Amino acid sequence: MVTVAETPLDGRCPEGSIANRWDQRKRDLKLVAPNNKRKHTIIVVGTGLAGGSAAASLAELGYNVLSFCIQDSPRRAHSIAAQGGINAAKNYQNDGDSVWRLFYDTVKGGEWRSRESNVYRLATLSTSIIDQCVAQGVPFAREYGGTLANRSFGGAQVSRTFYCGGQTGQQLLLGAYQAMMRQVHNGNIKVFARREMLDVVVIDGVARGIVTRDLVTGKFETFASDAVVLCTGGYGNVYYLSTMAKTCNVTAAWRCHKKGAYFANPCYTQIHPTCIPVSGGHQSKLTLMSESLRNDGRVWVPKTKGDTRSPDQIPEGDRDYYLERRYPSYGNLAPRDVSSRAAKERCDAGYGVGPSRMSVYLDFSKAIQQYGEAVIREKYGNLFHMYERITNENPYKVPMRIYPAVHYAMGGLWVDYNLQSNLPGLYVLGEANFSDHGANRLGASALMQGLADGYFVIPYTVGDHIATRKVTPVSTGHPEFQAALDASTARIESILKVNGMKSAEHFHRALGKIMWDDVGMARNEKGLLRAIDLIRELRDQFWKEVKVLGSGEAFNQNLEHAGRVADFLEFGELLARDALYRDESCGGHFREEHQTAEGECQRNDDKYSYVSAWEFQGVGAESILHKEPLTFVDAPLGVRSYK
Amino acid sequence: MTFGSTVSQQTERIMSHASSKNFNLTLQIWRQAGPTKPGALKTYSLAGISPDMSFLEMLDVLNEQLIANGEEPVAFDHDCREGICGTCGVMINGQAHGPDSATTTCQLHMRRFNDGDTILIEPWHANAFPIVRDLVVDRSAFDRIIQAGGYVSVNTGGAPDANSTLVPHHAQQDAMSAAACIGCGACVASCKNASAMLFVSAKVSHLANLPQGQGERSKRVLGMVAAMDAEQFGNCTNTAECEAACPAGIKLTNIAQLNREYIKALLVSTE
Repeated sequence: MVTVAETPLDGRCPEGSIANRWDQRKRDLKLVAPNNKRKHTIIVVGTGLAGGSAAASLAELGYNVLSFCIQDSPRRAHSIAAQGGINAAKNYQNDGDSVWRLFYDTVKGGEWRSRESNVYRLATLSTSIIDQCVAQGVPFAREYGGTLANRSFGGAQVSRTFYCGGQTGQQLLLGAYQAMMRQVHNGNIKVFARREMLDVVVIDGVARGIVTRDLVTGKFETFASDAVVLCTGGYGNVYYLSTMAKTCNVTAAWRCHKKGAYFANPCYTQIHPTCIPVSGGHQSKLTLMSESLRNDGRVWVPKTKGDTRSPDQIPEGDRDYYLERRYPSYGNLAPRDVSSRAAKERCDAGYGVGPSRMSVYLDFSKAIQQYGEAVIREKYGNLFHMYERITNENPYKVPMRIYPAVHYAMGGLWVDYNLQSNLPGLYVLGEANFSDHGANRLGASALMQGLADGYFVIPYTVGDHIATRKVTPVSTGHPEFQAALDASTARIESILKVNGMKSAEHFHRALGKIMWDDVGMARNEKGLLRAIDLIRELRDQFWKEVKVLGSGEAFNQNLEHAGRVADFLEFGELLARDALYRDESCGGHFREEHQTAEGECQRNDDKYSYVSAWEFQGVGAESILHKEPLTFVDAPLGVRSYK
Repeated sequence: MTFGSTVSQQTERIMSHASSKNFNLTLQIWRQAGPTKPGALKTYSLAGISPDMSFLEMLDVLNEQLIANGEEPVAFDHDCREGICGTCGVMINGQAHGPDSATTTCQLHMRRFNDGDTILIEPWHANAFPIVRDLVVDRSAFDRIIQAGGYVSVNTGGAPDANSTLVPHHAQQDAMSAAACIGCGACVASCKNASAMLFVSAKVSHLANLPQGQGERSKRVLGMVAAMDAEQFGNCTNTAECEAACPAGIKLTNIAQLNREYIKALLVSTE
């Protein structure tokens, strides 16, 4: 039986007209004087778009910034892999875009499960992001006359996405990384690469530092600060196979959760419709094929079940362009959750293509005919190259084969309007937080959110924390640091001590299978209960049977991986429980028991119009549920239809 | 029309069509327990490799085998496994990232090899990239070069409207081609001099081709070249191995552009 907290959770949003709320909040936020900023240290964990932009901006303001990343360099963060583009409400195309429309599309795309105030701010800040990136030298695509080019993305009827070929994430990240490197040169940022954050240190109820493990030497270290900014990305790797990088994990966020930070809406996981299909049991990750491809590619399956003819032999009349058929106003640019379920539906019904019959076609022949191969190559060049490298098929000549894959986590640590966790002093930015995308994220909005949070929100809000709380300096000699250090060391040692017979990889794959089968694109009560039991059983087995060789005092990737899997084995259960409790379908959370006759989501606004923020009560114990009620005034509740 | 869950349908269909063209390999891999420990090549046999596997998935299979036999797995850097982060990179039969052009190690697939092949796998060789463990090297020299000028000095906030500075299409294309560098270090590893000129030239050219980069054009190239030299990379003797090995398509013409920028800055700069 889930215990629900009596007092509803408050996002602490300003009142009044939605267009003025952020300005109003900025008037109320206390400032730290320029000459005082250098007295304060801020820790930023993660160096992706959110972490990189935050570290650079805070350092530029004068704070001492300590920046941590798991990889060998801040430029390796997985934001680098984002392909298609970044949204902004510039309306350069004169096609009806505006801050209001971007706000509305995002709330609707999130199926009315996000916080209006946050989303409106995001839309407002979007335009400044583009200005900042251009000023940094990010090489956005241009028209011949020299102005910025745009393309369309899913869930929108305007062309508002800015892009750099098929590697927008890389170029935006390099802009933030370069800004960071400038601050390293100026002595305002100290970078600690190949460090994994294993715990947050809480003193008198406020987050005052972190514990890290040096992944090269195995040495544990502690760092004290006046605020901790967590930018550690999403938890998609709980499914093992996803479009995430191999080091992406939930550890930092999960450890904060165990220290009191609420985890919100973990069941809202995004499955991206266009990824390269699994080719065998050895598969280690899934590769994304950008949504931007759906600007020009047409999705189809044969009209006849089990049609094994090669695609060039199947005439137009025998093709089912099912997205165009089911959703005429958005066609191939229907949002991700809708498109993913539509692909799964066709494959489950027997119309899938490819050797495994578990893929659908993304066909560029019409676009190539209409615009010529050179135009398509310029727009998507590196993406077609990537596809060919992996599948050995040439997408200029044969249609791409694609299938849905886990891609993004809308859920994350709960934050208020200032992006502060319920754990004071802990700020959470980017994919690691829950707030802006509701139950489904629109394409090209993750890049927008990470940079909005890092460039234009945290520089204002973290100062207020420092000024109002009047934090007194703490040193790492404080007993709380030692306690956190001891706990982290003990956990690593306990993993090494098990000395069982099964590798961490074995457990990770097994967990991924449970999650994909029963907590994936389509969920039901029986399957979720089964998943919870299986996860608990697998977790017990892990602590009895995991085998990790070598010592903790050296570079040991296996030990790192085992630690992350141990955390996924706890987190996965919370995700499944959240999915079980939310007895409705919305966005990326589809409960088979709640669907329309046409297979679309059936939301229950009367019962579930709130954010589920879970409070940790112990591993395997039922968490306490805090509900943050959601009201929709400026984007009134509606039917989320893309017909 | 409603849909039910497929449970294991997907996995079963894939396993049942698994390739019957699996093959065997001999691997010779550099093992070194730490930066100051002695290293040596060790030989391993591997069976049942599918041509659809990626090179790194093949190493995963090796590592699972080693763990089962009580031997520590081979350490190698990797992350995105889709060719964009620049983390992965090993010498494969003497070629940085292996035999395919414009391909990273993680994008290389086993269909490129044959049954019975021996594959020699070594870390990047360069004094400026000290070994961490086995195939993992320290490339922080690259970050230090960027710190010396690989940026436009602009603080957050106060940037003008994005369209107020026009960037002609061709300038953007040139900048974009150079900006595509993923910082993997294959250029250094493939060069007999371990020169970092291609890496430095890519960033210098990217920003030199854009209006936003003009203000610090001289300062940037002088700072970055000085940093490159301080890291003890070798000098460029125009062998062009770097261009051949580069997975991101960075062309030698960038080095020519770097040389022009450098000479101009030395002779003419008033910054």
